Amino acid sequence: METLLAFVIGGLYAAGLFMMLRRSIVKLIIGIGLLGHAANLLIFTIAGLTRARPPLIPATPDSPSVFADPLPQALILTAIVIGFAVQAFALVLIHRVVQTVGTDDLDNMKATDT
Amino acid sequence: MNLLLILPLLIPMIAAILSMLARSSRRAQRTFAVTGTALLFASGLLLVQSVWHNGIQAAQMGAWPAPFGITVVADLFSAIMVAIAGFMGLAVAVYSLATIDRQREAFGYHPLLHILLMGVCGAFLTGDLFNLYVWFEVMLMASFVLMALGGERAQMEGAIKYVTINLISSAVFLAAVGILYGVMGTLNMADLALKLRDTPRMDLLTTVAMLFLVAFGIKAAVFPLFFWLPASYHTPPVAVSAIFAGLLTKVGVYALIRVFTLLFVQDVAYTHTIILALAGLTMVTGVLGAMAQNEFRRILSFHIVSQIGYMILGLGFFTTAAVAGSIFYIIHHIIVKTNLFLLSGVVHRLQGTYELKKLGGLYSTRPGLSILFLIPALSLAGLPPLSGFFAKFTLVQAGLEAQHYLLVATALGVGLLTLFSMTKIWAEAFWKEPPEPGETGEPAMISESRASRFLVILPIALLALATLLIGLAAEPLYLLASRAAEQLMNPAEYIQAVLGRRP
Repeated sequence: METLLAFVIGGLYAAGLFMMLRRSIVKLIIGIGLLGHAANLLIFTIAGLTRARPPLIPATPDSPSVFADPLPQALILTAIVIGFAVQAFALVLIHRVVQTVGTDDLDNMKATDT
Repeated sequence: MNLLLILPLLIPMIAAILSMLARSSRRAQRTFAVTGTALLFASGLLLVQSVWHNGIQAAQMGAWPAPFGITVVADLFSAIMVAIAGFMGLAVAVYSLATIDRQREAFGYHPLLHILLMGVCGAFLTGDLFNLYVWFEVMLMASFVLMALGGERAQMEGAIKYVTINLISSAVFLAAVGILYGVMGTLNMADLALKLRDTPRMDLLTTVAMLFLVAFGIKAAVFPLFFWLPASYHTPPVAVSAIFAGLLTKVGVYALIRVFTLLFVQDVAYTHTIILALAGLTMVTGVLGAMAQNEFRRILSFHIVSQIGYMILGLGFFTTAAVAGSIFYIIHHIIVKTNLFLLSGVVHRLQGTYELKKLGGLYSTRPGLSILFLIPALSLAGLPPLSGFFAKFTLVQAGLEAQHYLLVATALGVGLLTLFSMTKIWAEAFWKEPPEPGETGEPAMISESRASRFLVILPIALLALATLLIGLAAEPLYLLASRAAEQLMNPAEYIQAVLGRRP
């Protein structure tokens, strides 16, 4: 399972970076989104995939020694919420950019570069 | 729970909420803007005093014991940064009263400024890596909106780059946090510091350290990750530029110093040598970039990059004296750079342009303003007796002690080139003959009331005074910086404050 997920994460990173290198700002936003998903899946995988084990165990001597760690899910949940907010903002931003600049081509947005 | 630790987060949050509720009343919003930031500054100073007398302080949120809950920690470095963030917030809030237009105020400029300050203070105070990520995002969201608020074309183009690069940095940061959690099983910084001391996973840890270096390096605008900064910092209104220039990159530097003194010190010969090389290249490229520019704020933006090099140079030397130099440099730089940006705004209001070619003659018409410009400008270049001299002096001395002669020579040479840039602004904007009428843009300040002029000059004069005071009486601040550096270099006290036991 880890191997499969590792490939999925690698693919997501690659796809995200590829999209960010495109000239269209819509693809840029999609790329950022993919990058965020890749990071979230990375946390999920590297923190250990434990199947069918309880996350909360009683503090008794005979409690099971293998248990699932709920913290990575909490981290990912937070990251997803933040990522969602950022994506929403980014979408509004590119909408305004297209309205103001009149194009979605990043090559035409070099006026402020040095 | 220690209330002083929470106040720097509570005050801006309450101020933001109040000023959002008072959306319709411009006057109420402006009152909250000034009182909120003034209270934040006061709470920061109290925090410095309290940490100075009682040592490092920690509070556990929700009363969860240390490695499990979220910890808020203030060592001297954090406390100093919070105080200075409050100071800059106050200066910029006052300056904004006269410079931010009604439309931006109506669309929430003041609450956003408070939220930005809350994010910055949170990043300084947190003792948990994932919480640091969250505070970074709070700060970033506010800065995104502040950057784009107003919707001018240049702002939009700047914002796209700023948002993109910061989101990439966040994704890298998040991945680094995830891997570190996977390896060590904790994200509490004090707990991590303990567990990282004798870890067998050196190979993976160096990778994680580099990921953190990239993530924070982007935020701090370190070579070769700085291109977004000069492309975006000159686009928003001056008050926003000033607070960004003063605080945001320094949050990245703060995070770098924190992580590379507390956590990743297992392989100093490798990691800190990379930091040293980056520091040297950052200084040189930043200052060379500034020399090629002819626009007031772009020159200043490139100088931010160059100065970031000095700050992480001290981290790279990795001696107590050098880290003290870095901290001193950060304090000096935040004050000076914010002030220079505010001054560029005044020049723009007087002559209607940022282009040096179209400026001129300000020394004959506004001698007082010219002196106010000279103080931070010469301080940035490091001329005695201003604050920049002592900042550079401590760093150079530490560098000589650590026998990094090439980097010391670079630092001194870059100082000289900084002086060149500053004299260029001086000669073009202040010294040369006034431009022909019709060549300049529309000046705005002539028609303005005395009160508004006062509000613009007051923060500039205060910051210039702070620069002078630091220069003339450097010792108290130097003592503060070296105590902070000692705490950073000997993390035992930090670990004990958080975990409640000696390592």
